[in-house]
Amino acid sequence: MRGRQRVPASTTVLPPQKGRPMVTLPVVARRKGALKTPAADEQSLLPNSGKGGRAGFWLYLIPGFVLFTIVILIPLVWNIFLSFTKWRGIKPPEFIGLENWIELFQDDKFWMSFINSIAMIVAMVIVPTLLGLLIAAMLFDLIGKKFGGKLASFLRATYYLPQILPVAVAAIVIGWILRPENGALNTILEAVGLGGLQHNWLGSPDTALLSIMFVMVWVQLGYPIVIFMAALQRVDPELYEAAELDGANWAQRFRWITISIIRPEVFVVTLTCTIAALKVFGPIYTLTRGGPGTSTIVPSYYSYSEFFQSQQVGYGATIATALTVVIVILTIVFIKAQNRAERAEGGRS
Amino acid sequence: MSTVSISRRTPGDWAILLGAIVLGLLIAAPFALILMNSFKSPADYAASGPLSLPTQLYFDGISAFWNRVNFPEKLWNSVFISGMVAILAVVISVFNAFAIGIGRVRGRTWIIILFLLANMLPQEALLYPLYYMFKQVGLYDNVWAVIIIFTVIQSAFGTYLLSSVYGTFPKEILEAASLDGASRWQILWRVIVPISRPTLSVLVIFFFIWTWNEFLIPLTFLVSNANQTVPVAIATLQGDRIMDVTTTSASALLGLIPTLVFFLIFQRTLTRGITAGAVK
Repeated sequence: MRGRQRVPASTTVLPPQKGRPMVTLPVVARRKGALKTPAADEQSLLPNSGKGGRAGFWLYLIPGFVLFTIVILIPLVWNIFLSFTKWRGIKPPEFIGLENWIELFQDDKFWMSFINSIAMIVAMVIVPTLLGLLIAAMLFDLIGKKFGGKLASFLRATYYLPQILPVAVAAIVIGWILRPENGALNTILEAVGLGGLQHNWLGSPDTALLSIMFVMVWVQLGYPIVIFMAALQRVDPELYEAAELDGANWAQRFRWITISIIRPEVFVVTLTCTIAALKVFGPIYTLTRGGPGTSTIVPSYYSYSEFFQSQQVGYGATIATALTVVIVILTIVFIKAQNRAERAEGGRS
Repeated sequence: MSTVSISRRTPGDWAILLGAIVLGLLIAAPFALILMNSFKSPADYAASGPLSLPTQLYFDGISAFWNRVNFPEKLWNSVFISGMVAILAVVISVFNAFAIGIGRVRGRTWIIILFLLANMLPQEALLYPLYYMFKQVGLYDNVWAVIIIFTVIQSAFGTYLLSSVYGTFPKEILEAASLDGASRWQILWRVIVPISRPTLSVLVIFFFIWTWNEFLIPLTFLVSNANQTVPVAIATLQGDRIMDVTTTSASALLGLIPTLVFFLIFQRTLTRGITAGAVK
């Protein structure tokens, strides 16, 4: 019983995250199994007192469905339709078949935006997840045990601090430090005798993307740490002690106990952060607007600028649709991979 | 927690602790820099650099920015939008979850997956049609456009979470209530909602903070100054004439203070909510 209750509870634990709360897709897959009910379960929890029996509950779904249709379903379908049209937003859209899509595949700026998305994945997923695993294990297993849990939670809260900022504000904070003239970083470099390293960090093509990646690592790092530390609470301390007695060193314990136990959370964090990385918009808008040149362009900013600056609505819709397709495919692949991993795990135990 | 090993701190342990503290300082450093430099005059900044404490407290940067964006107005817009979304989205989530978790309507797994779509999609894929639709009905540049959109997006997550919570609601309580002759509507409001209040309050807080932090949709829909939210107002003013080095720092400070305050206020509720959150 405890095992089943943990699912919703652990979902609640996830702290507000900037990317989006999509927190939980992989858990859906798990829940789906839990929800797939045998016939006895196929009735409402309420005895059939009211009118209409189980069907009567549909009434409660009406407001949700109506809003969902207006705000999500219709715009989504409309946007896909727009990707086959030429539209400047005023006269009716003109159907042009696959022209936008052909253009998209030959558009260097579009490919550049996806390459930059990979850089965002490095900065928001790969680096924070790997560092987060190490730091969470270190805080939990070493600092928490040898120096006290208070210190460990204080450090955790410090690492989490940037996560609470609106991402646009976080970008402004770092952007302020990176200002080319009299910016804090350049001033500090000069003060310590490294004046030669001074740079227009966000204004030069060679460092703009790196600077944004730096912002995102700063913002993102606390999220996996908090999730992984919560997950580690599940680990039976005796397991570690037994392993320690058997002569397993820290690295071995990390590899064989920590990683294998918190793997579900690793999946959740990787998936949610990957989706968030593909959607990055705020920092690009506030710091570089995709420039200099196209060096920091990302798909979401590219489509935004096509919509509202170039008035090429059809082409902007094509970019947005392509991004949606990539995200949907990634999600499906992830969930499948997780299910396979869980099955393999189940087979072993 | 094991206390056995407290006495065995090796030099390696101290080295790791030092590393962890240095990392913490690095992460907190931008906050400290912003705080120190928001109260400096540009001349002071030019003379002594970003690392020194202000020689005297200087509030002109903050007040220049405060007045330029009419900060209380932006604050109110953000509070109003986030508050309305938090409440409306929880109400919709409760209705949906009542039908899915308690009513167990047919095809509920698919309904949940459909709702989650709303959370997963990039907002750009909805942006232009929404922009066009709201323009047609006269809600463009109106806070209600943003409220409606985020009510749907947030309630998608709430539906998912609450459905699984309600799916394990104690059946005996529901049966007792309906034996007493309560209708479905009454059971929902007098039994289910009060019992699940801890979870609902956590959702309210999440929705509030998530909506507060949103950027793309408020930026697109709230074009006139009077309607902007805090993050949008701050971001659109970067590069403005008044934004000298310390005023920019002050703008960042004003942007981060409200979220810091929520974090401190809500932290207790959140942790309490999490432990009490599992209704069962």
